[in-house]
Amino acid sequence: MLEGLKIENLSAGYGNREILKDVSLEAPEGELVFLLGPNGAGKSTLLKCAAGLLRPRSGRLLLRGRDIREASSRELSRLVGYVPQSMRPAFSTTVFEAILTSRLPYISWGPSKADLERTEEVIRELGLEELAFRYINELSGGEWQKVVLAMALVKEPILLLLDEPTSNLDLKHQVEAMRILRDLVKGKSLSAVITTHDINLASKYADIIVLMKNGRIHAIGEPHRLLDGETIREVYGVKVEVIRGASLFVSPA
Amino acid sequence: MTPLTYSAVAQYKRLSRKRFIIILSLFFSLILAFMASLCTGSAHVPPLKAIATLLGRESDFDTIIWEIRLPRALVAVFAGAGLALAGAVTQASVRNPMASPFTLGISSASGFGAALAIVLGAGRFIRTYLGGVTVSSYFLLIISSFLFSLLATFIIFFLARFKGATPETIVLTGIAISFLFSALTSFTQYFGTTEQVASIVFWLFGSLSKASWNAFWAIFSVSVVALAIFWRWSYKYNALLLDDEFARNLGVNPETLRLASMVLASLVTATIVSFLGIIAFVCLAAPHIARMIVGSEHRYLIPASALVGANILVLSDIASRMLLPPVIIPVGIITSFLGAPVLLYLILGKKRHWY
Repeated sequence: MLEGLKIENLSAGYGNREILKDVSLEAPEGELVFLLGPNGAGKSTLLKCAAGLLRPRSGRLLLRGRDIREASSRELSRLVGYVPQSMRPAFSTTVFEAILTSRLPYISWGPSKADLERTEEVIRELGLEELAFRYINELSGGEWQKVVLAMALVKEPILLLLDEPTSNLDLKHQVEAMRILRDLVKGKSLSAVITTHDINLASKYADIIVLMKNGRIHAIGEPHRLLDGETIREVYGVKVEVIRGASLFVSPA
Repeated sequence: MTPLTYSAVAQYKRLSRKRFIIILSLFFSLILAFMASLCTGSAHVPPLKAIATLLGRESDFDTIIWEIRLPRALVAVFAGAGLALAGAVTQASVRNPMASPFTLGISSASGFGAALAIVLGAGRFIRTYLGGVTVSSYFLLIISSFLFSLLATFIIFFLARFKGATPETIVLTGIAISFLFSALTSFTQYFGTTEQVASIVFWLFGSLSKASWNAFWAIFSVSVVALAIFWRWSYKYNALLLDDEFARNLGVNPETLRLASMVLASLVTATIVSFLGIIAFVCLAAPHIARMIVGSEHRYLIPASALVGANILVLSDIASRMLLPPVIIPVGIITSFLGAPVLLYLILGKKRHWY
């Protein structure tokens, strides 16, 4: 099996509050790993640790077998494409330039030919040609989400960390975003860790689901094996009905 | 459908070329304004004679050009550029279009420094024939004003360091400092003599009549150093505008960038304000005007802001000498008078939402 991201016995927190407690998991290359769990379970904190934005208290994070602490911040920045939960740009700029900005870990004085060409390539991959010179504050939620994804991908990362990438999207855009993401992850053998509150979306697109509760991992597994009424009740404290058809459907009982 | 020949890179290059041409035009406009500034005033100097004097081929106007108008025009160029730069990076650093070094309390601290020096008798005061009051000995006043600006900067620096350099803490700290020093200035004015109060009020109106070669060298050095550093950090500001956490993932430390930028912007402002007094509005208006004509890409925005600021101050200085001759209106009054309508026009006429 190809080695993507491997997290070993990770603990982390802010101030004297410990949020993640002894978390271990693997995100192999070419697979979509979804993090599910109630608010405050530590999903976003886990992503921040993996992106190198939060220093773990203990434990290790290995990216392709290498401890991320050994990587320089520029190197780590190239390897990891992180998209925070909500980005609030302070001033507007064009889509092309917003994506180009994300090439920062490759840029010294100004963008090189390679930076510009890579930006154009990502714009084509995500079908953003029509939007390339629109201003980012004029985009719809679905368009912006694709731009954000492009910003993560333009760095040519080997690990994608997406914090609730579909939370503002309607059904059509959710499906579209997930398909694009799945094709990219499979096609380029990336590792991807995605947080969401949408159990149905996760069960449809995840290769691996990680259920988190109170900073610990409650269960890990393939969606169909992992998600049953009992497990979901344990994690969310809500009684649900799990309907198994062509795909799985979870509904409050 | 997009045509097969579509190239985003080509379109980006066209956009960049357009911005480059705008910046070049601003530069030529500044040269023209600069020359006009050398020629206008109580004694008219014909443009060709002004150029000849600069080249050392004309002696009739030697004194007026070399000792009065040239330092004044050069100070206007670099003070305008410096204030605009400080404004542009402050807006980027705190991610807020309303921020400027003035809202961070730098100018009120500097004003208090000057007021205190005047009340303690640091300057000698002379009544001019126009009935205004001027201070003839500036040295201690400049030092005092500069030191208090630094104090304000360090208060912001340490509070931000201690409580975390979020945009909100920085802006709120700045507002608090602003009120504190305004109160202290009012206090000195209340207890000062009539003449001292007149001097303080006069000093608070920023004026280029205080320009000298010494002022030029000080302002020139800080402005040029700031331009180089801020320009080097352009892409970091671009990332910071999008999002703090996102910038962090790009290898930019938002807190460090914010603090370093604020301290440098404050130093530039403090130097300019301590020599010239309070010249309002350039540091707020110039970056906005620049943003509306070249966009928020800092590799273009930073030089464009500097040029817009320099243009505003040089043109305001010309206006200050031409409006009510022989009175020279303090340029601080003109910048707001001239800058505000331009900014309002751009905001009302804007085709896009920039914020």
